[in-house]
Amino acid sequence: MNKIGETINKRKKLKHNIRLMNEESRVNRELDLDIPEGLYDKCPKCGKLTNMKLNIENDYICKNCGYHFRMRAIDRIKYILDEDSFVEKGIGYITLNPLYIEGYEAKINKYKKETSLDEAYIYGFGQIYGEPCIIGVMDSHFMMGSMGSVVGEKVAKTFEYAIYKKLPVIIFTASGGARMQEGIFSLMQMAKTSAAVAKHCSLGYLYVSVLTDPTTGGVTASFASLGDIILAEPNALIGFAGPRVIEQTINQKLPEGFQRSEFLMEKGFIDQVINRKDLKKTLHQILQMHRRTV
Amino acid sequence: MNILDKERKLQVLEKNISDLGDSESVSKLVEEVEKFKKNEMTKLSSWDKVLLARHPKRPKSRDFIDYLSKDFIEFHGDRLFGDDKSIIGGIGSIDGIVFTIIAQQKGNTVEENIKRNFGMPHPEGYRKALRLMKQAEKFNRPILTLIDTPGAYPGLGAEERGQGFAIAENLKEMSRLTVPVIAVVIGEGGSGGALALGFANEVLMLENAIYSILSPEGYASIVWKDSSKAPLAAEQMKITAADLKDFDIIDEIILEPFGGAHFNPELTFEKTKKCIMDTYYHLSGLARTELQYQRNAKVRNFGFLQRFNYDNLKEVRK
Repeated sequence: MNKIGETINKRKKLKHNIRLMNEESRVNRELDLDIPEGLYDKCPKCGKLTNMKLNIENDYICKNCGYHFRMRAIDRIKYILDEDSFVEKGIGYITLNPLYIEGYEAKINKYKKETSLDEAYIYGFGQIYGEPCIIGVMDSHFMMGSMGSVVGEKVAKTFEYAIYKKLPVIIFTASGGARMQEGIFSLMQMAKTSAAVAKHCSLGYLYVSVLTDPTTGGVTASFASLGDIILAEPNALIGFAGPRVIEQTINQKLPEGFQRSEFLMEKGFIDQVINRKDLKKTLHQILQMHRRTV
Repeated sequence: MNILDKERKLQVLEKNISDLGDSESVSKLVEEVEKFKKNEMTKLSSWDKVLLARHPKRPKSRDFIDYLSKDFIEFHGDRLFGDDKSIIGGIGSIDGIVFTIIAQQKGNTVEENIKRNFGMPHPEGYRKALRLMKQAEKFNRPILTLIDTPGAYPGLGAEERGQGFAIAENLKEMSRLTVPVIAVVIGEGGSGGALALGFANEVLMLENAIYSILSPEGYASIVWKDSSKAPLAAEQMKITAADLKDFDIIDEIILEPFGGAHFNPELTFEKTKKCIMDTYYHLSGLARTELQYQRNAKVRNFGFLQRFNYDNLKEVRK
């Protein structure tokens, strides 16, 4: 066989393998989502015991007080995207332990099992009412959604893939900030992701960032606040420094509603605070209005 | 015994010698001092470097600027909200080449420290920095940033005015600059507050400076719920210039004189100046787009991770 034939064969094999992996991960993840009928949970806002099944049917919003529950990345994708339109990209990254911190790998493995994710972020191709886009979702259940080397790399890849596909990017952020276990490498992801956004931006593509509870630290100070359009879910904690750090620094209690999305909209940093029920429709409208004819 | 205790001991020893005048015990003491200098003062742990980086007598950005550029003119304000005194910005010539200099400034005295907010900038500081960087780009002027901050200020006003947004905007715009950007970490490089000036073509670092994601105290209190374990944290976090050079995060280490920069500021300034100019001449050979490309390509490679080889995937799955 000639050289070109070999390459084509190799590519075919590669694509096949990726598809296999995609299917496997999808199946595994859906199994985890079965929620027993009688599961009750306390709402963090109103403190009332509510049936989780009913809340989930109510778009993950508390029936009693309208609190938006923190969503897992998989749920978010299922909720926002058209059925079966999601194709995950960037699979197979392995988190390493650059500072040789004891127990870090074990911790990562524990979270991997719990969330059935590789890392605190997944991205891929998807459609919203038929409008194609590249979507990235952070998961705060994976080590508080902290940004280490792998998350940073995948975010950068999201934008590069979007440039390659000439598509807009939508990112749902939920993070406690940069991951301290990876030290300076985590810090540098801020520069890396911001540079990726800048490149995508300078080519004229759309980037919508949706801030969800909680978005703080290094993620706020990089790609989360660089969207052309910045949306936020109601009552989400958004800020650079955490509330506890600020309280310690200034030695007084923070006012009610400080660093919440409504507060930030008031101060002029967010385009719109949007109820989860309207989110898909609004995103669709935005994508439609930015559709490129070429 | 950490470096500050050692320093104090050295002072006591030297004072003893000068008190004694001429006698036989003097030569003995001199010998002891020399031995102490050679054996003890040169052995620095990571925590010692943290202490040196925060040393009250350590030369601050303003001292560096005064030595580097005799004709420095300071520019104030971000044209939006106000002037942040913890970031100094302006233009000045170094060896005949005009630089835009942006530096984080701590104070030398308590009063100055309060005025400078202990080197912790507010959003308006970062916006001033961005304004000056854009100005530099307009006039095709190289940019020099001096980094010395415990971190961006975590306070009410800072949050209200969008600390995170200001830093993010800086990072985004710095990735697009088409002039040489040289960053020098001269003391503490704390977290995102330092990186907001540190996204450069070349990052230089003084030997006893530190650059970290959060303070060792913060790390210790999160991991061990005990901030007094900071020395251990400093060791584990790999924050010294030598560690970062190993990781290829920084490009050059500027050696400091015996005992740290404050033992001989002049020499430190001179070495820094030489290193900056060498780097500048190296970078000035690049075209505008190449500079932009080089800066982004460098940052793109930062990260410590691994990826499956897809060709071996089938075997892995079994």
